[in-house]
Amino acid sequence: MREPSSAPPPGANPYIPVPFRVSGRRRETADTVTLRLRSPTGDSLPFKPGQFMMLYVFGVGEVPISVSGRPRRADILEHTVRAVGPVTRRLAALRRGDWVGVRGPFGQGWPLALAEGFDVLLVAGGLGLAPLRSALLQILAQRDRYRRVTVLYGARSPADLLYRLDLTRWQQRPDLELRVTVDRADERWRGQIGVVPALIAQVERQFEPTRTVALVCGPEVMMRFTVRELQKRGVPDDLIYLSLERNMKCALGLCGHCQFGPAFICKDGPVMPFSRLAPFSEIREL
Amino acid sequence: MSQLSVLDSRDLPELLVALQRYGYRVVGPTRRDGAIVYDELVSAADLPIGWTDEQEAGHYRLKRREDDAVFAYAVGPHSWKRFLHPSPLILWRARRTAVGVSIETPTEELPRLALFGVRSCDLHAIAVLDRVLRGGPFVDPYYAERRSRVFVVAINCGHFSPSTCFCVSMGTGPKATFGFDLALTEVLEPGRHAFVVEVGTEEGAEVLRQVPHRTAEPWERAAAEHVVKRTAARMGRRLETAGLKEALYANLEHPRWDDVAQRCLTCGNCTMVCPTCFCFTVEDRTDLTGTVTERVRRLDVCFTTEFTYTAGKPLRQSARSRYRQWLTHKLGSWGDQFGVSGCVGCGRCITWCPVGIDMTEEAAAIRSPSEPGERTR
Repeated sequence: MREPSSAPPPGANPYIPVPFRVSGRRRETADTVTLRLRSPTGDSLPFKPGQFMMLYVFGVGEVPISVSGRPRRADILEHTVRAVGPVTRRLAALRRGDWVGVRGPFGQGWPLALAEGFDVLLVAGGLGLAPLRSALLQILAQRDRYRRVTVLYGARSPADLLYRLDLTRWQQRPDLELRVTVDRADERWRGQIGVVPALIAQVERQFEPTRTVALVCGPEVMMRFTVRELQKRGVPDDLIYLSLERNMKCALGLCGHCQFGPAFICKDGPVMPFSRLAPFSEIREL
Repeated sequence: MSQLSVLDSRDLPELLVALQRYGYRVVGPTRRDGAIVYDELVSAADLPIGWTDEQEAGHYRLKRREDDAVFAYAVGPHSWKRFLHPSPLILWRARRTAVGVSIETPTEELPRLALFGVRSCDLHAIAVLDRVLRGGPFVDPYYAERRSRVFVVAINCGHFSPSTCFCVSMGTGPKATFGFDLALTEVLEPGRHAFVVEVGTEEGAEVLRQVPHRTAEPWERAAAEHVVKRTAARMGRRLETAGLKEALYANLEHPRWDDVAQRCLTCGNCTMVCPTCFCFTVEDRTDLTGTVTERVRRLDVCFTTEFTYTAGKPLRQSARSRYRQWLTHKLGSWGDQFGVSGCVGCGRCITWCPVGIDMTEEAAAIRSPSEPGERTR
């Protein structure tokens, strides 16, 4: 098992959150917001795309949320939160200036160094775009290190699309291929309708299977079909990376909640190559 | 091999007194609510002297003995995690202030504990917890602090539970071989009742010096050796560990999981009595004014549906999947995660399962080919 890339300082209590404040807030969809967090004392938590933080709302609780911002500014954290449970509802309702506790970063991020010199295929379903946005921002900041870059993104409906401003910008870049699809369109939607894995067939000339690193994040069923489509075209299992989601109470590899077979998603993941997941990928309720 | 000493049974109380004089709070076996549990021992009179137990799958009874044996019983429902990985435990307190939030960890002075009467299986269990809670990239400071302060008096097993103990096949007993300051072997023969004492550390030697004792005679060394040899020779129950992890991984869809799920109540007793089950959850408790809140850690049970609650639903809904997680973790993936089995062969989960599920039997069934006519994937 690999060591987490963020080694804790010796003697520090890893359960104690670091104080941050909400410095900006952008509504993405009806139930999703992106929070921008800053440390009042200028502390920075240097992270890598694909890692996550534990965000704590005073008196309510703590949840794991991926970083979705640019890693270059470690004193500014961006987290996209969908209001689904007691903690995420409170997070999504925070206003500028509100206090948030942060622990992290935790876990293994996207293999962006490994992907250098390769075609990169980012495949996102729903909120899965949040951790991939961080990776894409990093890739675009060092665009010359990568070959062709393709982003496939699916949402339930046009109203569920995240990062609209980014999507518009990415759409205009000549060095990036972006395809967006929705499960259900509305009358104004002029784009594609269908599931994300189906987009892979459309872009199969955009990547050379054995020289491609695929970064995939979304609902488990979407990831399962995406992996099949990639395998069908010859992308090797050890170059297909998935980001997994599990219940987490500590993020330290101690509480036992996030186990998936032999892996602790908090420290061996959340990003893992499919080659490590393959032996267990067809087992339900693991 | 260090020199062995002999402590007459009359002088055993002196050992507790010496530990207390050194500032230790002594915790060990005592009889309460019809079981032998671990709690504070004010004096040697709190030990279950003259008692034994009768254990079977789903069955536990105490019985009087004819003699004054001090350690003539096997492990009970408690384990030492009760003291080293206590539940509930306040991790920190946060207070809302004019400028933000201040967070503090509890400052109470922890008592130094002397664990009195630790069996070899439980020494191994503590070593497992050491790997899990202080051997990884993140050290649990609460465990590490408690653990660093303990004094360990081990007891080599002269008594065991034939229906539930299987330490010999796990390589975890019956003789204490590491992790103790002092290790006792109770030698009880007609007209003779004494403890042969092995010193494990300098601190152990120092404590022993405060207690009347003498150097063991060769025949006393032999008698102590015989006690553990006899236990090892008579322990029939076993768990076949060779290739077990691979067998479990290869049989995640074995029909036996459905079979055991028909019996399992998913009550989680097995996880609570297990000396190595470490999983926990946290909850936040806030006072009525909303200005002070604390994060509390409690041991958690992988048999609940809440355990895997993710993005609005539990991932392990069926009893089958939850029992499978417990057993494959304990006997399989634990090895990948921590380089050691999660099972030490203490047998507590067998005794305290209300429906008498025997994990050695389940593991054996799961590694055997499934019944003809049934299909495994």
